[in-house]
Amino acid sequence: MSSVSLTVNGKAVTAEIEPRTLLVQFLREHLRLTGTHVGCDTSQCGACVVHLDGEAVKACTVLAVQADGRQVTTIEGLAAGGDLHPMQAAFREHHGLQCGYCTPGMIMTAVDLVRRKGHALDETTIRHELEGNLCRCTGYHNIVKAIAAGATAMGQAPARQAAE
Amino acid sequence: MYAFDYHRPATLKEALSLVAKQEDAKIVAGGHTLIPTMKQRLAAPGHLIDLGRIPDLVGIERTPRAVTIGAMTTHGAVAESADVKEAIPALSELAALIGDPAVRHRGTIGGSVANNDPSADYPAACLALGATIITSKRRIPAEEYFRGLFETALEDGEIVTGVSFPIPHKAAYEKFRNPASRYALVGVFVAKRPSDIRVAVTGAGSNGVFRWAEAEEALAKRFSAKSLDGLKAPADDLIGDLHADAEYRAHLIGVMARRAVQAATER
Repeated sequence: MSSVSLTVNGKAVTAEIEPRTLLVQFLREHLRLTGTHVGCDTSQCGACVVHLDGEAVKACTVLAVQADGRQVTTIEGLAAGGDLHPMQAAFREHHGLQCGYCTPGMIMTAVDLVRRKGHALDETTIRHELEGNLCRCTGYHNIVKAIAAGATAMGQAPARQAAE
Repeated sequence: MYAFDYHRPATLKEALSLVAKQEDAKIVAGGHTLIPTMKQRLAAPGHLIDLGRIPDLVGIERTPRAVTIGAMTTHGAVAESADVKEAIPALSELAALIGDPAVRHRGTIGGSVANNDPSADYPAACLALGATIITSKRRIPAEEYFRGLFETALEDGEIVTGVSFPIPHKAAYEKFRNPASRYALVGVFVAKRPSDIRVAVTGAGSNGVFRWAEAEEALAKRFSAKSLDGLKAPADDLIGDLHADAEYRAHLIGVMARRAVQAATER
């Protein structure tokens, strides 16, 4: 067993875990943060994307022990109290989902995209940047619209961005 | 995944002593090949030695003649580096074509060259640019480093610490990628160096990355995509699988090489 101490959504967490525990397993099964999904389990689909020290990573391909001492943000950590994060609100407004399975990963990827590329995102950039996130029901059209709108909204309401 | 003991050395020295001590140890860099392989139980090391917290292994240094990249520098950092973009834009573009944004936040150049996957991108850049692989023991020219499928000149207990790329006059990388895995079905890196012209091919060779001699000779006469017209890579030693047979890969090598030369001449 290994001891890990990390910050998850702003809260300090310490646990004794087997080193082979994946970060996504740790989040879902130990911390019961089941918003982060497991889709393909082979780092292709992006349903498990979380932020590790502010950067989007696929939590199915990171060991929980590798996150020791670091900051993790999951989909549960984006909203500020009862207020949805602007990117979450944009997904709701633009109907950027159907079954919702890929949505947490899409949103975490989108927030990371805004961090890297700013608030004015064109469609080509968004589609290209979504190459690591698969959606099997919407056809991406509304996801792309939601991300463009969410990126703009994040620029207008910086105070409501994630606590990370 | 089978159970293992996890070690996180803070220095290279500590990492080397751990590797020397543990018989069935594996080194993990970004983990984007090793962790999936362990999940499939195709690898089952007793000890995992994580290089993720050794600050000396991260960073990009530019001198007048070369760009040297620390082994634990991520693909994302290489893709975004202003120094790399200015000195060797083809290398920055190559890094941006690996995997997807989340994968690029974890995967590292050291992991890529240590693994030497026959479809990985970096080996083509190393070979075409005439890079030097820097290890805990020595400096190895790329021509001597890549030895075959997943095989390198690395000895037991030797750790890649960085890769140094001489700055070329011009270079470009063109990749035809498998749409599912995003690995190169065929990738061609063309470099016009002060001393010669090199064309390195990844994704296609049944012994891993290789140089395409005929194309290099043709380009030495005139560095133009037209010089490659009618030239076809031999299909004899190429990979044929469900994604593409050897003939198709041979065809793609020609197409990617012409596109790369074109892109390089337009710089």
